[in-house]
Amino acid sequence: MTIAYDYKTRTSYTEDAAAQKAAHKVLLQHSFEPSLPERGYTNRTLHIDLSTLKVTEKAVTRQMKDIFVGGRGFGLWYLWNAITPTTKWNDPENDIVISPGPLAGNTAYAGSGKSIVVTLSPLTSIPVDSNVGGYFGPLLKFCGYDALEIQGKAASDVIVVIDGPKKTITIEEAPEENYDSHVAAEIFTHQFADNDKDFVNVGVVSAGKGADHARIGCLNFSWFDPKRGAVRLKQAGRGGIGLVFRDKKIKALVVHGGKMKGDLNQAADFARTTKVGRVLAKEIHDFDDQQCKMRSIGTAHLVEVMDAYDLLPVHNFQYGKHKDIDKIASTVWQKRFTQGIFDGCWYGCHMACAKGADCHKVMTGPYKGDVVTVDGPEYETAAGLGSNCGIFEPDWILESNFYCDTYGLDTISFGTCCAFAMECFQRGILNLERTGGLDLTWGNGASHVELLHQIARGEGFGLIVGQGVKYMQEYFAGKGWGDLPFMIDIGMQVKGMEYSQYMSKESLAQQGGYALTNKGPQHDEAWLIFMDMVNNQIPTFEDKAEALHYFPLFRTWFGLMGLCKLPWNDIEPADNAKHGKDAAKVPEHVQNYLELYAGITGNEMTNEELILQSEAVYNFQRVFNLRMGMGGRKSDWPPYRSVGPVTREEYESRAERYDKQLKELIGVDPAGKSVEEKMALHRTWREDRYNKLCDAVYARRGWTNNAIPTLETLKKFKIDFPEVVAVVKPHLG
Amino acid sequence: MITVNGDRMEWHDGMTVAEILEIRNYIFRMIAVQVNGELIKRGTYEQTSVPDEADVQVIHMISGG
Repeated sequence: MTIAYDYKTRTSYTEDAAAQKAAHKVLLQHSFEPSLPERGYTNRTLHIDLSTLKVTEKAVTRQMKDIFVGGRGFGLWYLWNAITPTTKWNDPENDIVISPGPLAGNTAYAGSGKSIVVTLSPLTSIPVDSNVGGYFGPLLKFCGYDALEIQGKAASDVIVVIDGPKKTITIEEAPEENYDSHVAAEIFTHQFADNDKDFVNVGVVSAGKGADHARIGCLNFSWFDPKRGAVRLKQAGRGGIGLVFRDKKIKALVVHGGKMKGDLNQAADFARTTKVGRVLAKEIHDFDDQQCKMRSIGTAHLVEVMDAYDLLPVHNFQYGKHKDIDKIASTVWQKRFTQGIFDGCWYGCHMACAKGADCHKVMTGPYKGDVVTVDGPEYETAAGLGSNCGIFEPDWILESNFYCDTYGLDTISFGTCCAFAMECFQRGILNLERTGGLDLTWGNGASHVELLHQIARGEGFGLIVGQGVKYMQEYFAGKGWGDLPFMIDIGMQVKGMEYSQYMSKESLAQQGGYALTNKGPQHDEAWLIFMDMVNNQIPTFEDKAEALHYFPLFRTWFGLMGLCKLPWNDIEPADNAKHGKDAAKVPEHVQNYLELYAGITGNEMTNEELILQSEAVYNFQRVFNLRMGMGGRKSDWPPYRSVGPVTREEYESRAERYDKQLKELIGVDPAGKSVEEKMALHRTWREDRYNKLCDAVYARRGWTNNAIPTLETLKKFKIDFPEVVAVVKPHLG
Repeated sequence: MITVNGDRMEWHDGMTVAEILEIRNYIFRMIAVQVNGELIKRGTYEQTSVPDEADVQVIHMISGG
């Protein structure tokens, strides 16, 4: 395809990089001996205390590998040991753990460059895990560490630099650099690379000025895109990790690795890994254009698909489709994304779905007039910043995508927060006086972006929006602006985290897929809408419970290993359909993962053992929630907006479907009944079904009827440590 | 009448798999279609007729997320 513009044109921010580096003051320099992993593990981790400026190494024990495996598991274990039940997110002992997992960094199999970040979340007050691409995690591992832990708080803004070739770890005051991420990532990449060719060996983690003030703050992980000559960004988006990062006064984490090679993991059987990698690469090459078009559109291919199935969130999840869908459909994004260049966020990822919209001329704010590459939008961003807020103008979606990223704000949470605020505006809970003059009418892209600027400046109504839906519900109710039960019904959060961008009203399994999660309603645990609502292949509570056992655990495994989920099921073998109802599991790809695991670690494993590996960590995280004061059935209760129609307008938008359900499923003749009466009947029926789903899921997971893992369950997964049992016992009666 | 993913649906003589997908607005590309338990090859949906009283399963893969 011909590119009709110069995709390499963009504003540069490195003019003063050398002078800014000269202003650094090294607070600590620590020498270390880099080492490569053996069979995926380096067997040591790095701990940095920013309060005491201490750097120490910890050995990875056999028990850690056997039970917690790596990635998310290591993060949870270290966090458990770092904090107490009374620790708050902004206490110095709160830990940020970044761990890439044993399979991360391999270049043989697509989607193998992930890091998992774990911390105590400001949004939820429980542990959060977030899976992110970019080069930091793999380069950290190839410097010699399976994980990086950061505790304490610096006295002033610092950067932490792990430099493999120089064999040093430094903590440096860095007073002058702008830390908005698209600037910071570029500056620090230039400062710590030896030369232009070395940019690819630098990974930067940063969070921008929005993360100074917002509980929806995220982290940006960089990677250098040599074709564009640009530093790109991927996000550890969920749970407010960016706010913890900035509260510790971290301006950036920088890792500088040595020269990349294909087998730095020193796999047990490298040929075995490349063999399965080649099979997947061929599938992507041969079939992606007929399947999801990930290479040309990324996950944004889903926008019109979700609309067609009435699953696209529109106007704060009230509706599932919109007449203007064509304005933000995948064809629009395909034209905005520069085509024909590699968009993989790690080496060897042929799926290459990290699409970039080049030459976006910034329309507002401190970077007005600059020309930037926008990383995305992915589906979640297009839906969250677009349809869910009634915004169907691609330029505004790109603008808010850019500012969310550079300010360090999660596009998913920000989209859901804005959608909630906009519905409050629609219903008179908010007005111009209460928003400080911001018109939050559906579709107002300019106001939407102004909220972001206010968050970054730490002022105005944006500052309130940036604290999340739960905070807004309580704040608005406290001011007497709205009815709290109604705002709880329409506010799309569970456990304090905002929903990601799928409508679950007509899929009971997905209602559980969101609300029964450990960290909050993020679809990376379970996405069952097609299986349940469209295919109708899991009709009973037991069927749904089985799906809510297998899929969350299978997906958990990606977070243990340092893998991306997308190559599992956004591409499939030509004959995958032969598996019928099991096709959704993509059995050949599951086998690939077992091969990859064995090839790298040298350990053979069955699919059942893979699930057991995840189940130990999953149950541990559930107990961890309990330890932090969150647990029991009540913590898994969804907002009614995700379960059924809250308002008359929602009911009427699907009146035929809902009336039919009344007649055929609830056994009530809708004739002669008011909308309010019919809504009440639906609510009773739907909430009863949700409770029955919980009963079935808890039983399948080996938990009590109040969502507490039993002692037998803890023992089965060998996590019956005394301190774990002590947390659970008081809840078992 | 036929059954599509558990729902009853009007049928007419000569009805094809492609027609069913269009009526149901099943635009997702990663699907597997079975008619009375028999897998229908992709690329043949327009030529494949569905008999009356058929049980049609249109399995959508997961994707997303």
